[in-house]
Amino acid sequence: MSAREIKKVRRHIGMHAKKTVANTAIYIVLTIMMIVWLVPFVCILLESFRTESTYMVGYIIPKEWGFDNYISLLNSDFPKWYGNTLLIGLVCAVVQTAFVLAMSYCLSRLRFKGRKGLMNLILILGMFPGFLTMIVLYKVLSGINLTGANAPYGLMLVYCASSGMGYYVAKGFFDTIPRSLDEAARVDGATRLQVFTKITLPMAKPIIIYTILTAFMAPWGDFMFAKYIAHNTSAGYNVAVGMQMWLNTPQNTFAHYTEFCAGGVLVAIPITVLFMLLQKYYIEGVTGGAVKG
Amino acid sequence: MKRLSDLEYLRLNRFQKFLYRIAVFFMGIPAWFCKLGKKIWEGIKRFGIGVKDEIFDIGRTFKNGSWQTRVSYLIMGFGNISRGQILRGLMFLLFEAVFIAYMAIAGVHWLSKMDTLGDVGAHLEYDPILDTSVRVPGDDSFKILLYGVLTIFFVIAFIYTWRLNIKQNRIADEIIASGKKLKSAKDDLKSLVDDQFHKTLLALPLAGILIFTVIPMVFMILIAFTNYDGAHDGYSNLFTWVGWDNFNALLSSADGNSRLSYTFGEILSWTLIWAIFATFTNYFLGMFVAIMINKKGIRLKKLWRGILVLTIAIPQFVSLLYVSRLFASNGIVNSTLMDWGWIDSPIPFWTDSTIARIMVIVINIWVGIPYLMLVATGVLMNIPQDLYESARIDGASGFQQYTKITLPYMLFVTGPYLLTSFIGNINNFNVIYLLTWGQAVADPSLTVNGTSAMRTDLLITWLFKITQGADSDYKLAAVIGIMIFVVIAVISLIIYNVIPSTRNEDDYS
Repeated sequence: MSAREIKKVRRHIGMHAKKTVANTAIYIVLTIMMIVWLVPFVCILLESFRTESTYMVGYIIPKEWGFDNYISLLNSDFPKWYGNTLLIGLVCAVVQTAFVLAMSYCLSRLRFKGRKGLMNLILILGMFPGFLTMIVLYKVLSGINLTGANAPYGLMLVYCASSGMGYYVAKGFFDTIPRSLDEAARVDGATRLQVFTKITLPMAKPIIIYTILTAFMAPWGDFMFAKYIAHNTSAGYNVAVGMQMWLNTPQNTFAHYTEFCAGGVLVAIPITVLFMLLQKYYIEGVTGGAVKG
Repeated sequence: MKRLSDLEYLRLNRFQKFLYRIAVFFMGIPAWFCKLGKKIWEGIKRFGIGVKDEIFDIGRTFKNGSWQTRVSYLIMGFGNISRGQILRGLMFLLFEAVFIAYMAIAGVHWLSKMDTLGDVGAHLEYDPILDTSVRVPGDDSFKILLYGVLTIFFVIAFIYTWRLNIKQNRIADEIIASGKKLKSAKDDLKSLVDDQFHKTLLALPLAGILIFTVIPMVFMILIAFTNYDGAHDGYSNLFTWVGWDNFNALLSSADGNSRLSYTFGEILSWTLIWAIFATFTNYFLGMFVAIMINKKGIRLKKLWRGILVLTIAIPQFVSLLYVSRLFASNGIVNSTLMDWGWIDSPIPFWTDSTIARIMVIVINIWVGIPYLMLVATGVLMNIPQDLYESARIDGASGFQQYTKITLPYMLFVTGPYLLTSFIGNINNFNVIYLLTWGQAVADPSLTVNGTSAMRTDLLITWLFKITQGADSDYKLAAVIGIMIFVVIAVISLIIYNVIPSTRNEDDYS
């Protein structure tokens, strides 16, 4: 072997080693990350089975295992909150999807007077904190008895009514469907309604599922509006507000901490399963939405 | 500083280009304001001309129109009905009847009280039958303002409809004069799924936005100019117009207001610091994680990604509330560290305001990275691979490839997304509230009207707090809301002028 060849082989080995080192480092970082990301959820799962105490303790693995926390959940207001949230989620999934699709299709494909102005108006409205409207809406809703114990219905109304403003992601999707398809159908004598239902909607399956999924999940995480409208009436809480109440004072935390963990598990499991089943569509929506702004 | 020509601009290095762009932006501000002024003036002029044209058109239509058209000026829809367009005519007529009835019964009453928002609140009155003073309800400022706003919207809608009615009559006259047939009710309904399909689609969503967003927003903007709060609740103690007083109180440092303006300044500056950190730490770390996972030769890509996506699915309130308790003074982290003998007393993760501020940013990274990882992965996949290949052939190192290809491409493509997430972080209620509520301690130096804010509070959580309980300060909440709007509007304008997506669009494509 000539000196030159030896050098070449050495360099090759060197590069290879460098690559291995880099990859090993990445594996280590990723593994540490996954531990950091997963540990809280493992902890919450373990703590939900602890039966020897209901308050915060300095260890994770229970000394005595059991389903006590889950049983006491059933005897609290938790099922009621769960039902409230589920109901809001289902209604929102239907109505919001219809509104968002109508809005985004219209702004993407149809040209009419005032379209630009409408989009600018919605952009400006979105710059105001939405909570501001809640102060008025609370008074109005309490006038028609949709607050307190009836808060879920009030919340539904509020979420659904203003859902047309969140049309951006879906519009970005519709923008990518070639307009020539619409025009071809129009030439063949289809009405705009037929173009919408027969051509655009069948192609919009990913974005419809994305919209349904986000609309269904949003009420599970909303805290601000839900708390303001329920106004200290337990029967009107959603899970987020109700479970936050379990931890809001030291006394409550003392009595309800493990119950909170169990509740968290019960809330997280169905949502997570649903999400993982549909994650393909979610990822498409998120990346598409981010790229288009 | 003189303007550079395109050729000179291209000769600058990236950093100089950036500086130049910023300098141009700031130099452009006076010119921008001039332009804005001009635009507003032109807008007013155009509006004036528009109104003039409309009035002339109304007059001309009356002069030249048929007798049906002239009657329609008073009885809306008469022209439509007499020409056989019964459905349209009836709708116009019904709207007019409802409007007149409403105005006569309630509208005028509410509008007349708008100037003072009521004169007499609930008060005691002598009742001769019971021979004692009883409390009788008086005006209700809240109701007056609300119905006043609604009535104004109704009047605007009526004027628009009246004008529409006249226009339709003119068009009908023209069509008849040219010898064609008018549209029948069937044609009208048909057009709703065809030429006028947008009206069908938009009717419900826009009605929802109007009733549940626009009108309440107008109402709250008006509230900022009143003294509506716990002490002036509107029925036992009326509230009224106070002009710009609330804004003055917030922005001036005069005696008596210094506490308020100090608190506002502190919270505003923390809100901006938080938004900058929360946006950019997530952005760059998320991108970094995405690059690591997508690197060639890394296995189990699906697993790494799957675990991170899993954490998006779990509702935020569960993870945030739980994590915040992990770091409580008697939480698992502190207990474990004490068991191991690393510390003697619990670390004040939440009670020390500086540590708490760092904690919310760090935990926000934990919450945000999976999401950003998804976004970044999507963008990274779209970068043409031949760019990297040619860079490698030219001998660019991995770091150089990152700064010269990946980063510019990412920034270019996700510029608008960065802006929206920045705005989202300014209003990021959940992360701050769920992490700190019941954990962090309020700072007495940030006390306004008996409500103390924490050092970690954002404008939005502060707004939420002062609207809770009996001494809610609604007028202040409205002013803060408007301030948030101003901040967001200004930042959006600046970013739109500086980010590369709007200038040099061909640089990266």
